[in-house]
Amino acid sequence: MTTTEAPDILPRILDYSNRADPYPLYAELRKTPVALQEDGSYVISTYRELSGILHDPHLSSDVRNLTHPMPAMQERGTPSFINLDPPEHDRMRRLAMRHFGPPHTPGLVTGMEPDLTAIVAGLIDDFAGKQRIDIVDDFAYPFPVTVICHLLGVPREDEPRFHVWVNAIIDSIDYNPKTDPQEKLENGVQATKNLRQYLGGLLELRHGHPGDDLLTRLANDNGPDGRMTDAEIVSTANLLLIAGHETTVNLITNGMLTLLRRPEMLRRLRTEPDLVVPLVEELLRYEPPVHIIPWRAAYSDISVGDTVIPKGSQIMLMLASGSRDPDRFHDPDRFDPDRQDNQHLGFGSGIHLCFGGPMARLETQIALTALVHRLADPTLVTDPPPYRPSPVLRGPIHLLIDQN
Amino acid sequence: MSTADTLQGFKRDGRVVIVGASLAGLRAAEALRDEGFTGKLTMIGDELGEPYDRPPLSKQVLTGWVPADGTTLPRRRDIDAEWLLGVPADGLDLANNHVRLADGRTIPFDRMLISTGVRARPWPVEAEAALDGVFVVRTREDAAGLQRAVAAGPSRVLIIGAGFTGSEIASVCRERDIPVTVAELAPSPLVGGLGAMIGEIAADMQRAHGVDLRCGVKVTQLEGDAQGRVRRAHFSDGSAVDADVVVVALGGIRNTEWLRDSGLAVGVWGVACDAGCRAFDLNGLVTDDIFVAGDVARSPNPMYEYRFISLEHWANAVEQAEIAAHNMVSAQADRWPHLSIPTFWSIQFGVNIKSVGVPTYADEVVVTQGSVADHRFVAAYGYHGRVTAAVSFNNAKWLDHYRRLIETAAPFPPPCPTPDQPLDAKPVPVDFPGPTLLAQGATVVVTGHDPGERRVTAMRQHR
Repeated sequence: MTTTEAPDILPRILDYSNRADPYPLYAELRKTPVALQEDGSYVISTYRELSGILHDPHLSSDVRNLTHPMPAMQERGTPSFINLDPPEHDRMRRLAMRHFGPPHTPGLVTGMEPDLTAIVAGLIDDFAGKQRIDIVDDFAYPFPVTVICHLLGVPREDEPRFHVWVNAIIDSIDYNPKTDPQEKLENGVQATKNLRQYLGGLLELRHGHPGDDLLTRLANDNGPDGRMTDAEIVSTANLLLIAGHETTVNLITNGMLTLLRRPEMLRRLRTEPDLVVPLVEELLRYEPPVHIIPWRAAYSDISVGDTVIPKGSQIMLMLASGSRDPDRFHDPDRFDPDRQDNQHLGFGSGIHLCFGGPMARLETQIALTALVHRLADPTLVTDPPPYRPSPVLRGPIHLLIDQN
Repeated sequence: MSTADTLQGFKRDGRVVIVGASLAGLRAAEALRDEGFTGKLTMIGDELGEPYDRPPLSKQVLTGWVPADGTTLPRRRDIDAEWLLGVPADGLDLANNHVRLADGRTIPFDRMLISTGVRARPWPVEAEAALDGVFVVRTREDAAGLQRAVAAGPSRVLIIGAGFTGSEIASVCRERDIPVTVAELAPSPLVGGLGAMIGEIAADMQRAHGVDLRCGVKVTQLEGDAQGRVRRAHFSDGSAVDADVVVVALGGIRNTEWLRDSGLAVGVWGVACDAGCRAFDLNGLVTDDIFVAGDVARSPNPMYEYRFISLEHWANAVEQAEIAAHNMVSAQADRWPHLSIPTFWSIQFGVNIKSVGVPTYADEVVVTQGSVADHRFVAAYGYHGRVTAAVSFNNAKWLDHYRRLIETAAPFPPPCPTPDQPLDAKPVPVDFPGPTLLAQGATVVVTGHDPGERRVTAMRQHR
C-alpha cells in the first residue's frame, strides 16, 4: 500500500520551526509515498511517484479542476501559464518562450553573460571595506532582481514598490484556511491586484513602440500563434517577475551557505572553475529553491503506484523530498558535485519544467564563481541562518558572513 | 581454474574485438573500459575516420548548418584501443576464434562484439544508381555529396521512399524552396513505421509544404542524359518527372553477409541474439563469446511477447551496446537483460516527431491528447487492449507517461480523460501495409532425425 495517513508529518514540515532542516521530516514522509491527508488531499514525496505524476496528463494545474477550489484563486485574475493546462498552457508558454529561448531566440541567455558578470562584479565591489556582509540583502537579492527587471523592461527603481507586493504574494501561496489568519490571504490577493495593475500600466506604454524587453516584445508580437491579450501579458509578466526574483535568490544563498559549510569545497571551486556547472546541478538537488508544488488537481482518476487518487483531489508535490530519495540517488544527503546521473527535480519536470531554468543556472554559476574568488576567507556568522517564512520557496532571509 | 578466475583473467588481459566502429561499437568500447576491462581492445570498421553520429546527416548536415565532418561522436572516455579502419571484416571463424579482414589479415579474440549496423539499400538497377545526381544517405560522404547537390539549387529533387529519412530530406529541400517530388509505394509517408492514421497526417503535412507527393506508385526507371547525369524518372502509373537530383531512401540492408559462413543465426533480419546480447548459432543455441548490439541485432523483447525485434534507433544502439559490454565481462548470474522501451525521433516540416514503444506492435491507435489539425498531439497505440507504443507530434514532454503505461501493460485505450483530449477520440485500426515479416522467406533447413543429430543448415538467400 502506498496510501496511509501520516497525520502529523506534513504540518511539521510546514511549521516554521523546521524550516532550517526539513530533510529528516521528508525522510519520514517518504515512508508513505502517496499520503492521504485528513482534508482529502494527497501528498507525494518519493522520486519515482513524483517524476511519474509530473509527466501524467491527468494531473491538472488549473484550480477549476479541484473539487474544493483554493480560496480566492479566481480573484487573482487571468491565470498565468503555470496555473493552466494544455492547450492554453502550451500556447501561452510558447508565446513567451518565443522571446526567451530556442528555437526563436536561442542566444538570449548566453548573450547576457557579460551583463550578469558586470552586475555581480559591481555588487561585490560594494563589499569593499565591509567586514560583515549579508549575502541576501547585499548580493543574492539585488542581482536577480536587476536581471529580471532588465529582461522584462520593469524600471529597477520601482523595486521598493513591487518588493512589498511580491512578498505578500509569496506569503499567501501556502495559505491554510485552518491555521492562517484570513488577512494573510487577503493581503496576497490585494498584492496580486496591485502588481498586475502596475504591470498593466507599464504594458500600456509599450504598444506600438519597438524595443528589446520582454513586455515590449510580447505587446508587439506577430508570430504564428498571434499575440497574447493584455491580460495574458500581465499575468505572464507577473509570473516571471515573481519567479525571476524569489527563486534565484534562494538558489544563490543556499549555494553560498552550502559552500561555507564545506570550506574544502569552496576552495576546490576556486581552483576548478568548471566544477561550478555540476555543483549548481547538485545544489538544485540538495538545497533547491522550490521545495513544494503546493497544489495540483486530479483532472480524472490518477493511478500513482497502487493508489488511485480520485478526480478533483488536491495533490501536493514534495519536489525537494524526491530529490533526496535514497531509492533514486545514492547517499542522497551528501552534497556531491561529482555525482553522475543527477536528474534532480529542482526545476520540476514535464511541461511545467521551470521556464527560467537556463537563466537561473547561469546566474547562480556566475554568482558563486565570483563570490568564492573575491571573498577573502569568508566565515558564517550564524548557522543555521534565519529563514524566510515560506516552506514552498525556502531559503535564508539573511545570510551574514564575515570576511577577514 | 574456476569460472570466476577465468572471468577475472579475461577482464585483466583478455582480447576483445569489436566489429563495427560506429555508435554502438564506440559506446560498447567505452562501457567495457568503464566496467574495468583492461585487456586488449581492437576496433574494426570499414569506414575511415573517427566514429560519427548519423542522425544529423539527413537534418543539420543537409541544411548546411553543420559540416558533414562535424558530427564526430564525443568521446566519453579514453578507450585505449587498436583501430583497424578502412578494411571491412570479411569472415568469422568460431572454431579458431578469429575475425578475418577483407585484406586477408586475421584478428584473434576471446570475446567479440558484432555491431556492423546497416548500410543504405541502393537503387536496384546498377547502371541507374551510378548516374550522377543519384544519392543514398547513410555515410557522411553521402551526406556531403547530397548537401552540395542541394546547395547548388537543383531544378527538382526526387525522393524515392517516404520513410523517416526520405521525409526529412524532403523537408530540408522544401525549407530551401527547392521543388520536391516524393514517390512512395505505400499509401502514405511513414505508414510502415507508424500506421495509416499518422501516415495520412504526414501526407497532409508534406502537401501543405508544397511537396509533390505521389503515393502508391513505383519508380520504374531513372533516365540519364548523354553526360551520365540523371534527368528524369518514370513511374509505374505511366507518368514521369524531370529531376536533376534523386535520393534513394529505401531503408537499409543489415551488414551480415560477412557472417554468412560463421555458423551464427544471421539473415536479412540481422544477427539473432538473446536479451543479453549473446548471439545465437544457426541451431538457435546461445553462444558464449559472441555478442551483438545496434541496428544489426535482433533480440527477443519480453515486453512484446518475446518476439525478436530489430531496431534502427539511436538510443537502442547506445543502450544495447552498454548491456552487451556489461555482459561480456560478467558472470552469468550478473548479466543484464536489454529491456529498455524503444524510442526514436525525427524532425520534419517543422514538427518534432517522437515515439516510445513499438508502434508496429499494435492493432489500434487513438489520439489521446492535443490537436491533429495543429500537428500538436499524442497518439497511443494498443494491442489486445494494452498500451504498446505512443507517438507525439510537437508534444514530446508527455512521452515519459506513455513509457510507464507501456512498462506496466496499462489498459488501452487509456480510460481516464485528460484536459486536452480531443472530443472525438476513438480508437481506429492501426493498419500497417503488408505482412512484411512473413515475406522474407526461409533462411534455414533442418536435417537429422535423432535429437542428438538434429541440426540447422543455412540456405543461400535468393534475393
